[in-house]
Amino acid sequence: MSAIYKEGKEPHPKERRIVFKNVDRDGWDTSIAMYESEGGYDQLKKALGMEPGAITDEVKQAGLRGRGGAGFPAGVKWGFLPPNNEKPVYLICNADESEPGTFKDRYIIHQDPHQLIEGMAIACFAVGANLAYIYIREEFPEGAQILEKAIEEAHKKGYLGKNIQGSGFDLEIYVHRGAGAYICGEETGLIESLEGKRPYPRIKPPYFPAAMGLYLCPTIVNNVETLCHVKHILEVGGEEWSKIGKPNNTGTRILCVSGDVKKPGYYEVEVGSVTMGELINDLCGGLKEGRSLKAVIPGGSSAKVLRADEVFTVGRGDDTRDLTIWDIPMDFDTLAACGSMAGSGGVIVIDDSRSISWVLNNINNFYAHESCGQCTPCREGSLWMKKITDRVVAGKASPSDIDTLDSVARNIDGRTICAFGEACSWPTESFIDKFRDELVSDTNPELEEKLLNAESITAAANLG
Amino acid sequence: MSEEKTDLIDVQINGEWHSFPKGTRMIEACRQVDVEVPHYCYHPKLTSPGNCRMCLVEMGMPPRPRPGEDPPEPDEDGHLPISWIPRPAIACANTIAPNMGIRTESEMTEECRQGVMELLLANHPLDCPICDQAGECSLQEFSVEHGNGESRFREQKVKKPKNVDVGPRIRLDDERCIMCSRCIRFTDEIADDPVLGFTDRGSHTVLTVYPGRELANNYSLNTVDICPVGALTSNDFRFQMRVWFMKETKTIDANCATGCNITVFSRQDKIYRITPRQNNDVNSDWMPDSHRLNYHWIDSEARLTDPLVRDGDKHRQATWQEALAATADKLSGISGEEIAVIASARMTNEELLMVNRLVKHLNAGHVDTVPREGEADGYLISADRNPNTNGVKLVLGLNTPGSQLSAIKEGIAQGRIKALLCLQENLVDDAGFTPDELAKLDFFLTSYPMANPTADVADVVLPGACWAEKTGTMINVTGRLQRLNKAVDGPGQTLEPWEIVRDIIQTTGGGNGIYSATDIFKQLAAEVSEFSGLSWGQIGDLGLQLIETGETIPLLEREKERKEKGLIVG
Repeated sequence: MSAIYKEGKEPHPKERRIVFKNVDRDGWDTSIAMYESEGGYDQLKKALGMEPGAITDEVKQAGLRGRGGAGFPAGVKWGFLPPNNEKPVYLICNADESEPGTFKDRYIIHQDPHQLIEGMAIACFAVGANLAYIYIREEFPEGAQILEKAIEEAHKKGYLGKNIQGSGFDLEIYVHRGAGAYICGEETGLIESLEGKRPYPRIKPPYFPAAMGLYLCPTIVNNVETLCHVKHILEVGGEEWSKIGKPNNTGTRILCVSGDVKKPGYYEVEVGSVTMGELINDLCGGLKEGRSLKAVIPGGSSAKVLRADEVFTVGRGDDTRDLTIWDIPMDFDTLAACGSMAGSGGVIVIDDSRSISWVLNNINNFYAHESCGQCTPCREGSLWMKKITDRVVAGKASPSDIDTLDSVARNIDGRTICAFGEACSWPTESFIDKFRDELVSDTNPELEEKLLNAESITAAANLG
Repeated sequence: MSEEKTDLIDVQINGEWHSFPKGTRMIEACRQVDVEVPHYCYHPKLTSPGNCRMCLVEMGMPPRPRPGEDPPEPDEDGHLPISWIPRPAIACANTIAPNMGIRTESEMTEECRQGVMELLLANHPLDCPICDQAGECSLQEFSVEHGNGESRFREQKVKKPKNVDVGPRIRLDDERCIMCSRCIRFTDEIADDPVLGFTDRGSHTVLTVYPGRELANNYSLNTVDICPVGALTSNDFRFQMRVWFMKETKTIDANCATGCNITVFSRQDKIYRITPRQNNDVNSDWMPDSHRLNYHWIDSEARLTDPLVRDGDKHRQATWQEALAATADKLSGISGEEIAVIASARMTNEELLMVNRLVKHLNAGHVDTVPREGEADGYLISADRNPNTNGVKLVLGLNTPGSQLSAIKEGIAQGRIKALLCLQENLVDDAGFTPDELAKLDFFLTSYPMANPTADVADVVLPGACWAEKTGTMINVTGRLQRLNKAVDGPGQTLEPWEIVRDIIQTTGGGNGIYSATDIFKQLAAEVSEFSGLSWGQIGDLGLQLIETGETIPLLEREKERKEKGLIVG
């Protein structure tokens, strides 16, 4: 049945709606009756008749890569569960969608909660989890209520609880609300939070969740979008699903475009089927009138920035190609080859009206506020970087401050407990790599050697 | 690698190959070959959160062959080449792996250390001149080795709470805190009193005590010891003395039979601080607050400083010769059967051997010591509050110390016992004697460090040195022989108890020829079978297991369990 969408919310022809099929549909609601009317929970019923291992195999064959940010193959992750395990296995849905520029999971939760629950139930059956949690960020209070209601409905219909559909498989799903911390999106921080502690990410090794996760039991943590895909993989089979997108970059993914385009929003496309140029010019209606592209952050604010006039050399050997920013296909591997990442799918478009110093300061502000403070480099460095860019924006920095800024970032990168270290240092590193001249132009050479401490910086403000 | 060696793993450290047991942490492997890895948060007795990042080192493993590629060839010693990983690894929480390489002197490692040092100091107040930790601060130490001469940090530092009372004995300066979480882990994992935690986030993180609670458990001051910086300071020691002026004496705690190993910090015969000294067979790295703070009486006004002899209703100050002559004079008219000796289980083995000699010399009819029973705390405090009950049993030969006290009391009341020599005990306060009972004696001598009601009724009062002022050995609750080392001189004319007993023997016509506690130890080794063949030097700073009593120390048992589970290095 082809979906009819609300006026003004119709998908672009280049989109392929699978996970977002029901988002913005005319007449669609979040009830289980509506969901069942279109084959809802059929895939769960099918799964319950399969060998759990066979489901994992389908997911592996599909090549489904995690949609949360790291892009790790989901089936491989499931395969890390220790053999001969005697402890309970937990599955956690990471619904802490916090990466600036990312706003896809919220629409699934708000408009199609049963898709997520079905995906989770299938995944739980595959990995042998009888207890699952949806860790949802505090800022989604309505989403939490919608999920609670959907879980209750699924219970009543026998899709959750004891002996699901007579299969002998039991599953409970609980919604757990966060308390407003970005770091809870980091899977081991999330687990600590779920255990009732401060969300300090755990050291890996030894605390890989698949081996020692929630309550030190084997735990699978997957993103909302990733878990939804499980349902669709089962529907068509892993092999068929893997034909969507490109090899090693399979399936569809939802790109969230924000910033300086005419039609910012969410677009579900086959991975790699559209280029950056098509995304900006076709799907998003182009840049604003009279503006030119300055930069794009392609995978959430922590991804390294791409400059509009860069030439990216990708591929190996005979397959080497030069790409402009417009030519970059929006897939995992090419964005990585361009020196950035597909990340969480949050594409932030920056046009020539923006001050690079201001953009970087804005990002640094976020990460300084969100650093959990557990380990030294990120705790001290993120705030230091923010304070330097505060001064750059305020005209109270000297050119050598940009060198210090760069060095601070490199003292964080690769030296922290969790990936937040990279998340907070990559923006600074890449902005300086690519926009050093502009950053330096916002500093004042006359202040060189005059900014010795906080007092002299305050005095410098009065220099005019 | 041969079959027998499978539990040993070869690791290359700074270019040299070494073998370590499987499961060894990288940092401990380095330490075992005298390669120091600087660290703040790591503590072998606590779990390892890996948060300070000071122990980052360059690490490598054998290269993994790509599909179709041949595996690397081992060299003639069987070692594979090492492919160095571009991302540094923490040495504290990671265990070694076969053929692992560790570089602690490489450019990458040094850059990491410099980076972490600069970041740790960015918001640190750098108030070393007024900080109690100065001189024993890890920030200072590692700054010298890995820091930059000047900071590039020009921003306003983060303001945090200062001079916070977190408990009755501890004050917190949050600006100095580097958030290593050692104190939090100690209170949670060792003291079972998890009242500390972090609040707020990022660079604004503060160490806090749980609302409505305080850090008041009897092990709280250990957090001050393990705090690598000056964030937690002891109210008792705060602003009293710069650490570099003090003399450190390795000795043992005499407050109970555990005999915690301690370091006494003193300057010019005044004690300023006592801290636990690591001994994994006795007290691990810890000690109770009640024991470490029990030293202020040592230089108090109430100390006995000179021998006193009775002169009518009063005592008058006397010389040692006068006091000893008076003693000999009185004892000469009393038969051995009429003499009782009450010694102390706070005496060293050497002192007890001298007491034994005295008893034999006088042919004294009665001898005992005063037991001190309390409640064990389930950690380090033993129910036996005497430090050397086992010494009393072995050296003085008393099977049941304290069992003769009532008989002695009765003997005094009935006039059968006419003379009592009380050595280093306070019979009125600690053994249930009354001044009236003791007044019946023809001759009563007491030695003790402090003025006390027992001394009031004595004919001769002698100033005896306390535990911090004497040298000797004691046997703890588990049967471990440990050395007590003199940290400070006693006040005035104070003598060590073994000297007092020697002099009494000498003045009453016995032999002598003993000039030091170590001399007496030689005699112990010759006369008491358990000591046979031992020398003073053999005992060392950590003592040795002399006998097996079957007793255990609860805190140590729990640490052993945690070590077996791999939670701590131990």
